[in-house]
Amino acid sequence: MAYSEKVIDHYENPRNVGSFAKEEAGVGTGMVGAPACGDVMRLQIKVNEQGIIEDAKFKTYGCGSAIASSSLVTEWVKGKSLDEAMQIKNSQIAEELELPPVKIHCSVLAEDAIKAAIEDYRKKSGAVSAAETH
Amino acid sequence: MEREGFECTYLEVQENGLVDLDAFRAALRPDTILASVLFVNNEIGVIQPMEEIGKMLREHKILFHVDAVQALGKVPVDVEAIQADLMSLSGHKIYGPKGIGALYVRRKPRVRIEAQIHGGGHERGMRSGTLPTHQIVGMGAAAELAVQSMESDSRRIRQLRDRLLNGIMSRVEEVYINGDMEHRVPHNLNLSFAFVEGESLIMALKGIAVSSGSACTSASLEPSYVLRALGKSDELAHSSIRFGIGRYTTEEEIDETIELVASKVGKLRELSPLWEMHLEGIDLNSVQWAAH
Repeated sequence: MAYSEKVIDHYENPRNVGSFAKEEAGVGTGMVGAPACGDVMRLQIKVNEQGIIEDAKFKTYGCGSAIASSSLVTEWVKGKSLDEAMQIKNSQIAEELELPPVKIHCSVLAEDAIKAAIEDYRKKSGAVSAAETH
Repeated sequence: MEREGFECTYLEVQENGLVDLDAFRAALRPDTILASVLFVNNEIGVIQPMEEIGKMLREHKILFHVDAVQALGKVPVDVEAIQADLMSLSGHKIYGPKGIGALYVRRKPRVRIEAQIHGGGHERGMRSGTLPTHQIVGMGAAAELAVQSMESDSRRIRQLRDRLLNGIMSRVEEVYINGDMEHRVPHNLNLSFAFVEGESLIMALKGIAVSSGSACTSASLEPSYVLRALGKSDELAHSSIRFGIGRYTTEEEIDETIELVASKVGKLRELSPLWEMHLEGIDLNSVQWAAH
């Protein structure tokens, strides 16, 4: 598999590897993919009171481009509002990393991971604020 | 053959990669004309019980085709002992030139085959075309060397294989061997590193040529069909690496490989959410995965 230098760089020096405690306030967790399919991505975001993603972490089981795609999106979502992060498209990820055609699904998975993490955060914070106003 | 209207039965193998002789016998039909068996498997190196199969087929007067491409130079290949009627061989698997192979065709009892290449009638009409003399000589010389050094090669390679296996097993946990260890050529070691995806591990093992399946399917993203046939889960099939040990492999290279594998598997597991879940005691089979 001929990968671009960017994929190799992210693969060899993955950014923001790790985990936040799922229960921690402001943390949203998205896990997509399946072991049987050969890739599982877990993306976590930490959202501050202004609704800005101030930190992100990931762990990925998968090929080099799956690792690179998730590493890249942790960099991209940082500093963005939730709505801005929702705008990240798989095609931008694929373009940035120059993914070969057979690896486009990795970028799709990374986009799904962002959406899942945001959804999880919204569900959690929605539940919290609903409980507070009650 | 199926395209020409013949019916084919594909036999499953056992968990160790070996064919079940009773199942083989049961699959024979009164109208069976040909059986084809892979002598040594290209992904997991297991050796099929060829003598028993050959004897059974001869009793039933069924032609026996043997794919001995991976067996030549690694185990004794004797067309009489295994009663092969047809046998495929290839030069590049025995340190010979690429681009040449051979088909053994038994004369007694006679096997009649149809020419695939037509023209000037070379090779008794079986393969028309100018003969590539250099290739033929090259494969012949390679075969001679292979026979001469087979015993000493195998002994040395077995020691290296054991060194590699023991080295990895003592340094890395959750490693599984694919394929039978007894009926196996020592040149092959196929391991699954749970919670690590095969291609990412190959990328990490820079300087070492390993594969996650066979080269024949390297353009496909599907997990190895050979490992699937052993009943391995998709996940373990995605996590497998085939190590090949050859005539020129050294002990230092084996030790470097052990070091590299141990450190890179550790690094990739640090990256793996599945490994984290495993450490937390979560059964991955109990998780509802969002398949895609």
